[in-house]
Amino acid sequence: MIAIRSFRPWVGACALAFLAALAGGALLSLASEALRGGTEGFAAFDSYLWRVARFTLVQALLSMLLAVAFAIPLARALHEHPAFPGRALILRLFALPLALPALVAVLGITSIYGRNGLLAFAFSSLGMDTIPNIYGLPGILLAHVFFNLPLATRLVLASLDSIPSDYWKLAAQLGMGGWARFSLIEWPVIRRNLSGIAGLIFMLCITSFTIVLTLGGGPRATTLEVAIYQSLHFDFDIARAVSLTLLQLGLTIAVLLLLGLTGKPADEGFSLQTTTRRFERPGRAAQCVNTAIILLGLLFVGLPMGGTVVSGLGADLARLMSESIVWRAIATSIVLGAAAALLSLALSLSLVIAREYQQSRRRTVSPGLFERSLDLGASLIMVVPPIVIGAGWFILSRHAINPFSLAPVMVIGVNAAMAVPFAFRILRPAWDTAASRHNRLCLQLGITGWDRLRLIDWPALRLPMGVAFAFAMALSLGDLGTIALFGNDSIQTLPFLLLQRMGSYRTQDAAGLALILGVLCLLLMFAADRGAASLARQDNARDG
Amino acid sequence: MAEQTEKITTGGAAIRLDAVRFDYGDMAMRFDLAIAASSIAAIIGPSGAGKSTVLNLIAGFEAPLSGRVLIGDADVTHVEPSRRPVSMVFQDNNLFAHLDVAANVGLGRRPGLRLDAADRQAVHDAIAKVGLAGKETRKPAALSGGERQRVAIARALVRNRPVLLLDEAFASLGPALRHEMLDLVGQLQKDTGMTVVMVTHHPDDALRLPSTLFFLENGHVAASGPAGELLSAKGPSLLRKYLGSQELSL
Repeated sequence: MIAIRSFRPWVGACALAFLAALAGGALLSLASEALRGGTEGFAAFDSYLWRVARFTLVQALLSMLLAVAFAIPLARALHEHPAFPGRALILRLFALPLALPALVAVLGITSIYGRNGLLAFAFSSLGMDTIPNIYGLPGILLAHVFFNLPLATRLVLASLDSIPSDYWKLAAQLGMGGWARFSLIEWPVIRRNLSGIAGLIFMLCITSFTIVLTLGGGPRATTLEVAIYQSLHFDFDIARAVSLTLLQLGLTIAVLLLLGLTGKPADEGFSLQTTTRRFERPGRAAQCVNTAIILLGLLFVGLPMGGTVVSGLGADLARLMSESIVWRAIATSIVLGAAAALLSLALSLSLVIAREYQQSRRRTVSPGLFERSLDLGASLIMVVPPIVIGAGWFILSRHAINPFSLAPVMVIGVNAAMAVPFAFRILRPAWDTAASRHNRLCLQLGITGWDRLRLIDWPALRLPMGVAFAFAMALSLGDLGTIALFGNDSIQTLPFLLLQRMGSYRTQDAAGLALILGVLCLLLMFAADRGAASLARQDNARDG
Repeated sequence: MAEQTEKITTGGAAIRLDAVRFDYGDMAMRFDLAIAASSIAAIIGPSGAGKSTVLNLIAGFEAPLSGRVLIGDADVTHVEPSRRPVSMVFQDNNLFAHLDVAANVGLGRRPGLRLDAADRQAVHDAIAKVGLAGKETRKPAALSGGERQRVAIARALVRNRPVLLLDEAFASLGPALRHEMLDLVGQLQKDTGMTVVMVTHHPDDALRLPSTLFFLENGHVAASGPAGELLSAKGPSLLRKYLGSQELSL
């Protein structure tokens, strides 16, 4: 192309610099703290630390295995019955846990499997005196499977949907049975994507914070993330926090490297499912089994959500809503969430625009270092768990100012960075497609600058920007990690207030707050989902 | 840019690629060719020979490693695409899907779409000229493939540039429609005297209009001359080899 100086690479470089500074600053602060502590810092590598590390790995491994093992039959059943009543609704329901705040889910799970939950009620009315105890490993696994089974199901279903429809015609013509179809057609495709899916879930579980904080606890069921938080928040033991953080970082990087070796992480499962037409008629027995599997999966995911609503409605909502502290928390959450979403959008868009610009300018086949960093920067931020970033800046800032006064900045910055991988993946395809359609045309017609933004880019970007904003805001609203470190009486978000009420055993209040928080997030997800749906329709209809 | 457009009166401009070197991947290309003002040139050749690259070099979407690109008397080698006296029609994605026909044509007049009465008149006339009167407010999705290319040609008309480049513009249309579009281009060329350069997969396109043929192979012009001669049984052997036993329908 004839070179025109463009600001685009600079915008991307700025976004990259922000992410690097946010994560790098935290890591540098921790490193310097570790060196300053001399041997004291490393003495903290004691048996407690290893036990925590082992538990972190074990719970993540078990959560991953359970989620994937249940997801495969569930996805198969859903795929085999494209006309299953309410199938679209089920898939929509399965998209919700992605943005459902972990605290809300924890309360929902407690309302079903907890001491006073539905299950306990069922047991006692059957005359059994088993009282379920979900605190510890079982509860953590339940919650992790609740979150990741739907995700895994959607991802496996997406890979099944990628099978060419001719295969199904062929399978029907050749009269393949269920097992032959599975082993010859479905399994090869699933296996190809499995390492990515399993790796993603393992990564999510290894960095899980809220679930372990609320359902685990105690030295026997603590993960590294929670141990970092406890050592900073309760013991103020910086040396221990540093060694825990280093261990956590080493672990996530090792997992990511392993993932890189075994296969690419799968898509985020946020895209809308298309349905493949199937041509064979499943037998009666297979139909019954599939129906049972789908219903079980639906109950497993739906019951805790229903439980949240029921116990939330059981709370004294009128009194809650008359408390000014609740309103303040709602307002704080919305303001911080919106700010984080806006920042996240700006960062992601900058990365996307700069990446596409670099790509369009190169003549070589393989991307250069800068282009690759723009791509990687968006996902690499996932390596550094928010609690680590929070911990680093917490320790760094305490020399200069009261770290608690940093709360709003940290919450916005960290949540924005954490939403970047998702926003990037929503924006990038929309921008890249629009750019590939419009670049030459705009260049020839001389449509540049403000004219191009107003007439060409904004119409193409409006919808994906809305989707990304709603999704990023839903993620930020539910965050507990950063606010748990920095939160205090002067700045409280809804999840923070919720955690406080849970801590003081005001269960009813907590349930009510969970309902409010859940509804806020679901409204945003609903908006994002609607947006994504019309985006897909637009894509199908568009052919300029 | 708009002022510049007004200065150019209708009519053609000669095009010259002067020792233009370019490489794409590991293929080195070198082009020397001259197209007379107000003529029709057809570029054919096997895929990968560099047909589209020639158009991209003329339009300014690619910059040569060395050599000069001349349009009219001006050296445009380092001129950006929108400032070259050239309009190009691509195989697809010629239109902005979210804008209607009139807006898509209007963009050729004012890149900011701030049209005055004269602009609107010109847009209206051009749309009528390509046979789309009454379809001004349609979105591209509601047009057929042929109609979309007509819109792109209408835009080229309102841009009023002396060179029109067609990059396999009609390749996705059926034979009858393709001939219809070629006839339209031929008629417009007669009316305006613009220089037309088209890249095509179909050698008979070159015969339908009185054109000069350029046969490209491995990144250079392997043969050129009047299409009728080159494509006849007496043409050069490498062209006969490329054409194979293909029957040319006149």
